[in-house]
Amino acid sequence: MDITRRDLFTIGGKILVLASVGATLEQIVGAEPPSDAYKMADHWWGMIIDIDKCIGCGNCVRACSKENNVPNGYFRTWVERYQVEESTGFHGEGKLPKVESPNGAMDGFPPLTADDIKSFFVPKLCNHCADSPCTQVCPVGATFISPDGVVLVDSDYCLGCRYCVQACPYGCRYLHPETNTVDKCTLCYHRITQGLTTACCENCPTQARQLVDFKDPKDPVHEFLRRNKVEVLKPYMATNAKIYYKNLDGSVR
Amino acid sequence: MMIPGVDGFMYPNEVELQWSLLIVLYPFITGLVAGAFILASLERVFNVEAVKPTYRLALLTALSFMLVAPLPLQLHLGHPERSLEMYLTPHKSSAMAMFGFVYLWYLMVVLLLEIWLEFRAEIVQLAQTTTGMRRIIYRALTLGSMNVSPAALRIDDKVGYAVTVIGIPSAFLLHGYVGFIFGSIKANPWWSTPLMPIVFLFSAMVSGIAAVLLLYVASMKVKKMAIDMRCLDTIAKYLFYTFCIDFTLEMLDLIHRTYESDESFRSLDFMVHTRLFFSQVVLQICMGTLVPLFLLAANQLWVFSEAARRKMYVTACSLTMIGIFAMRWNVVIGGQLFSKSFLGYTTYKMDFVTREGLLPGIFLMLLPFAIFFVLVNLLPPWHKAKSNATVGFGD
Repeated sequence: MDITRRDLFTIGGKILVLASVGATLEQIVGAEPPSDAYKMADHWWGMIIDIDKCIGCGNCVRACSKENNVPNGYFRTWVERYQVEESTGFHGEGKLPKVESPNGAMDGFPPLTADDIKSFFVPKLCNHCADSPCTQVCPVGATFISPDGVVLVDSDYCLGCRYCVQACPYGCRYLHPETNTVDKCTLCYHRITQGLTTACCENCPTQARQLVDFKDPKDPVHEFLRRNKVEVLKPYMATNAKIYYKNLDGSVR
Repeated sequence: MMIPGVDGFMYPNEVELQWSLLIVLYPFITGLVAGAFILASLERVFNVEAVKPTYRLALLTALSFMLVAPLPLQLHLGHPERSLEMYLTPHKSSAMAMFGFVYLWYLMVVLLLEIWLEFRAEIVQLAQTTTGMRRIIYRALTLGSMNVSPAALRIDDKVGYAVTVIGIPSAFLLHGYVGFIFGSIKANPWWSTPLMPIVFLFSAMVSGIAAVLLLYVASMKVKKMAIDMRCLDTIAKYLFYTFCIDFTLEMLDLIHRTYESDESFRSLDFMVHTRLFFSQVVLQICMGTLVPLFLLAANQLWVFSEAARRKMYVTACSLTMIGIFAMRWNVVIGGQLFSKSFLGYTTYKMDFVTREGLLPGIFLMLLPFAIFFVLVNLLPPWHKAKSNATVGFGD
């Protein structure tokens, strides 16, 4: 049988129609369940930290380090212990708090030597600021705020100029010694987009830190913010930090 | 547990300094460029006859340092091969992303164009009189334009003037912008002040003027030519005035900080009295500012012999260079020695043979002088009057 050019067009046309009907059918019937996919626009991540619940065990630091292969001597999260003496407020008597974070509290803390002194732990991590000074200064936009509110670094794009490290008021960034690009807390982005919580929150024995989603109306964060007196770190920096601390002492910086 | 080199409490990621000696060199070198250019422009735009002998020298000085300016930045990057991204995909809200554009504008549009126009007549003449390799170079440098008729030279002069007029604000932009890179970091109270760009600018002018004076004296010594004392006196006078403004601005910053005594003051004050004492108080303020200011002021008040004046100027300018370098050091390194918690201090450990160590630093500081040597050999800046006459009657 001879196939003319006209036949070829006819057959081709029919195949095209059939294929498009099939494709449309697949879309209507739904080969993939559409609802489970993670939608960035539906989330706005942050964290709440209850100072009174933190026991300084360092579980979060160890978990983070393991989960994210954090290089030795650098920290995506760390815990500080504050010891604050009573300040009389007279001139020249404003005492500075004693603060320590031995190896980022990777191995917890040694016992306190002084008794009867105000002492508490402050877990720290990237504040995932909504108006982050670090993303503002990046010369190529390699660090950015994701649509779901997480400050991330594209390590394939980062120049390693470290301007962002200088711009962060909280000391949350460092230059990764192997990749030579800037690294920081990702809020365990690989986990939270799969419906899991962060490694630090998962491993906190007292639930002192909890991942929250401000866009989820059922998230306990709304109750938390309504019922408690909360503060962010260095509020005068106006970075719109999204890590809220309950019962944060005024001496904490 | 004690971390070596750390006093008090630092956030754990702060212990290591991020910006090293190379980032000290960057504002120091761009400062010399801007300063040298502004001095050159004085002669051209404001028609100051006295500093004419240094006009072309200042232009070549600016170019020598300008060519080296991006190298410390490039060496410092974690990924130097990605630096082109700053041109291709600049982040609009970043002060640093501007660098490439400000640099290119200044280098290409201002500096190269002005130098080419200034030397064009001689380049054409040399292209016709030299032989061999030099002839090829000069022919290339003419860019195909061999017309040196009086009418063409008049156009050169007019365009050159226009470029200089554009160049002055460009030089201000170049260095003021470097100051803005530091001054706009609100997280760092040692840097964050709106005075930073203007302090950088005036200290740049101070260092640039001092550098040109030193290079002029050195060149004359090497060439065994007579030093034009009227020129030297005038440059020294400009240096004195600029230095007064610069010192006033820096003291204003200091007094303002001390009087306001905000949250960061105790920490910064402690740092200036301990870790920065030598580089800030001894080198920058006493040796690098007060002594040269005194020497320059003395020359405004009393009359000294030529030899004494020469010695005083050279001493003052050498000390000035040390002082301005110390100032850059204190800004860049000092700004990273204290914790942003204001509770502790770290130490800068300078490497030697690493990428950001002392050795590349020394090399980068010598490189502009090598370039300068090549440039003055290629485009001799000292025979303006003679060559003008030759060219005037040339083809």
